[in-house]
Amino acid sequence: MNPWIVSNIWLVPAVPFAASLSILFLRNSRRTGAAALAIIGQVVSLALSILAFLLTLQTPGYRAFHNFTWFTFGEHAVRIGWVLDPLAAAMLLMITLVGLCIFIFSIGYMAEDKSFTRFFAYLSFFSAAMLGVVIANSLLLLFVCWELVGLASYLLIGFWIDKPSAAAAAKKAFITTRIGDLGFFLGILWLYGGSGTLLFYDDGRGCLENAGLLALSASATFVALLIFFGSVGKSGQFPLHVWLPDAMEGPTPVSALIHAATMVAAGVFLVARVYPLFSLGAINGVTPSLTVVVWIGVITGLMAAFIALAQSDMKRILAYSTVSQLGLMMVSLGVGGVAAGIMHLLAHGFFKALLFLGSGSVIHGCHHEQDIRKMGGLRRLMPVTFVTYAVGMMTLSGVPLFFSGAWTKEEILHVTAHWPGSHVPHYLMMAGVVLTALYMTRQMIYVFFGNRRVASEQAHESPSVMTRPLIVLAFCTIILSVVLTPAWPWLHDYLSGATPQFDFARLIQPMLFVSFALVAAGIGLGLLMYRNVGSQDRHRTADTDPLEQAQPALFRFLENKMWLDELYAHTVIAFSAFAARVSDWMDRYVWDGFVRGVGRVGQLFGIFTANVDERGINAGVDESVTGTRGLGRLMSMAHSGQVQTYLGAIAIGMLALLLFYAWLA
Amino acid sequence: MNSAAFFIIAILTIAAALAAASLRTLIHAALSFALAFVGVAAFFFLLGAEFVGLVQVFVYIGAVAVLIVFTILLTRRDVGKDRGFNWSGVVVAVAVFAGLLWAILKTPMLSIAAPPIEALTVKRIGEVLMTDYVWPLQCVGLVLTAALIGALILVMEEKRE
Amino acid sequence: MTLSILLVVSAALFCIGLLAALSRRHAIFILIGIEMMLAAANLNFIAFWRFGPQPQQPTGVMVAIFAIAIAAAEAAVGLALVIAVYRHYRTTNVDELDQLKG
Repeated sequence: MNPWIVSNIWLVPAVPFAASLSILFLRNSRRTGAAALAIIGQVVSLALSILAFLLTLQTPGYRAFHNFTWFTFGEHAVRIGWVLDPLAAAMLLMITLVGLCIFIFSIGYMAEDKSFTRFFAYLSFFSAAMLGVVIANSLLLLFVCWELVGLASYLLIGFWIDKPSAAAAAKKAFITTRIGDLGFFLGILWLYGGSGTLLFYDDGRGCLENAGLLALSASATFVALLIFFGSVGKSGQFPLHVWLPDAMEGPTPVSALIHAATMVAAGVFLVARVYPLFSLGAINGVTPSLTVVVWIGVITGLMAAFIALAQSDMKRILAYSTVSQLGLMMVSLGVGGVAAGIMHLLAHGFFKALLFLGSGSVIHGCHHEQDIRKMGGLRRLMPVTFVTYAVGMMTLSGVPLFFSGAWTKEEILHVTAHWPGSHVPHYLMMAGVVLTALYMTRQMIYVFFGNRRVASEQAHESPSVMTRPLIVLAFCTIILSVVLTPAWPWLHDYLSGATPQFDFARLIQPMLFVSFALVAAGIGLGLLMYRNVGSQDRHRTADTDPLEQAQPALFRFLENKMWLDELYAHTVIAFSAFAARVSDWMDRYVWDGFVRGVGRVGQLFGIFTANVDERGINAGVDESVTGTRGLGRLMSMAHSGQVQTYLGAIAIGMLALLLFYAWLA
Repeated sequence: MNSAAFFIIAILTIAAALAAASLRTLIHAALSFALAFVGVAAFFFLLGAEFVGLVQVFVYIGAVAVLIVFTILLTRRDVGKDRGFNWSGVVVAVAVFAGLLWAILKTPMLSIAAPPIEALTVKRIGEVLMTDYVWPLQCVGLVLTAALIGALILVMEEKRE
Repeated sequence: MTLSILLVVSAALFCIGLLAALSRRHAIFILIGIEMMLAAANLNFIAFWRFGPQPQQPTGVMVAIFAIAIAAAEAAVGLALVIAVYRHYRTTNVDELDQLKG
């Protein structure tokens, strides 16, 4: 018998969903009601998540699920259900907590927006869809929620629909992720065909358990790769990462939600959830599908880190840093460090939300200016934002000891170093760590230090409704590091189902010092490169970037995102446009001509049959009608109207009958 | 049962019937018709169905013949006109009679004498009517009522538009 | 007196009725003819009852009684019809009544 919370874990996504629906029915002017409903929904979800989390603490490697038949067609019963295990519980807690902070922050950030209620309805919907992804125990249910996440992101990225760039970004996000979803869907079909079930866990019969995996055997690689294709789209991996930076067109809290807690996390979560499919038949921890995951992650991570170096939009820098960090997580999953990857995902959820909300606070304070070259010297004007943002920045960079990001990153470097496949990803990831520290230092110097510039003239600190969530998130980020240290790797063991043990000796490892050195190098290099930026003249835009002065060609290349958008525009999109033109031509001339020809044949046949009708059949019918009429005239002569004639006829008939019977006898 | 009586009644009946069918004057024909029906009633008496014979006398001579006479009176204006006689009807009637006669005489099992029976009392007829034939009796009652109302409606004055 | 001679008498009566119904032009004669044919039929019923194998069952008698009742009803309606037709067409000559002519 399952505990109450397991059979009713569906309430976690259902409550925000119900809140979302009720908000949609509110009038536009009911701002307080809308915000209150959304936040109450999120608080209830958080409370339920904590209940679920506490349950999973009781036994290491706890796993409970609740399956039921959704509908039956023919002999096939489609079963769905929900599962509660450490992975789901940790994700639930992170999503609801981060989501709650973002919701509260939004009250301040969106205060002047005319579609305030609609915004909160969408936010709740987004949160609900993501929670659904996390608790799903069936790939089908997961896919449904996955698509709902896609829909919600479309609605929110295009929230300021009157802005053409926002509408285009929403469309781009939707279509790009849809390309990945196509692969995902094919993977689901293949999996169902191979194993006959889409349930993850079903008392040994699920597709992630022995029986299901045995049925799949050789095709597991392809299924895993197809599912990974869906992840690539959702988590912004190369080559489908292009939508993610454009998604900055949405309001900043939405960016925070997409980049930290919900959408991009879904891809990483999916790989972690169906990890047995990837690792099936592993030789020495290496499978073809996992190798693909590693290399995609490496390419994404490094490429995005480089691009982030040359961006001037505050949110775009963070967007590319997200892409880069997601690449790091994928590498971690690929080399076998599932727990490390998820740990980084959770930590990233907190500090990236912190960074995005911090940037939102900055942007709000600077009257919706997003260009870092126009900011500067905000350190004194926005002290709370500055301190919390610095915490986020140091966590992302991996400054050691007190910041959670450092430990998770160190853990990932650790597992990468022991990957038997190749040592190249390890070194490339180390380069990525340096780059991360470098671009974050650059951003800090531009935004918070030095003289004030154009946009920061009138800057002011944000209201407390916006700064409080920042403080909470900064606090969480630091607290989280307690359970992440190698000395007491509580979270790691919680996720992998082992009993945590304290061992101070594990803290002292060569890898630790290597990663410290890398971070120090990155920050040092940043300080060195951008030291003059702060002292540039007040009241105007900053001068050319130091990197641009040194390497103009490289800077252009990076600033324009390695020309990938242009490449796609000239290949995929051009090809699709060409195909559309060809189809149009084919339709217009070839198929139309064919259809017209068929029509002409029909017309000719019609003329022919009309002639046959006119000359042949009609004449025959006329003839028979004339005959019938003549016969009728003849017959009517017998009807004299004389009753006696009729009576006589009856008598004669009777006589005839009599004679007939007499003759028979 | 007496053969002489039978032949006398037979000849009388046939003669009266022929007169009813062929007399030119309507009122004479109606009287001959009544006489022929008396003959039929006599046959019923002769055959031991006294009750049916009595009914025949009451219904035909007492009611139908009187009705015919009244009808003749009511359509009096038309009576005087000369009417022809349709000879083709005679041919058909004679042919039918020949056919029937041939069929009767051809069948040998019909030339049997009457078996002696107990008299059929009115009491017994009443009993049978009220037990075995109670539903047909009710139906006949209904038919007579309907016929009475129908006849009344038919002879009522037509409304002038 | 045998059954067959009785049947010959009733056949003669029937044919005289038929003759009246077919040959006479006056509507009342047609009715008289029909009544005669009915009487002939009644005579047959009684005769077959009397000469039949089960004279204890008064079936033939019963049918004759009912037939007389029906004949009386028929005569009443028929004569009413004659009067109605006479009122409408001012004639009782059936040759002139040819509305049914096709």
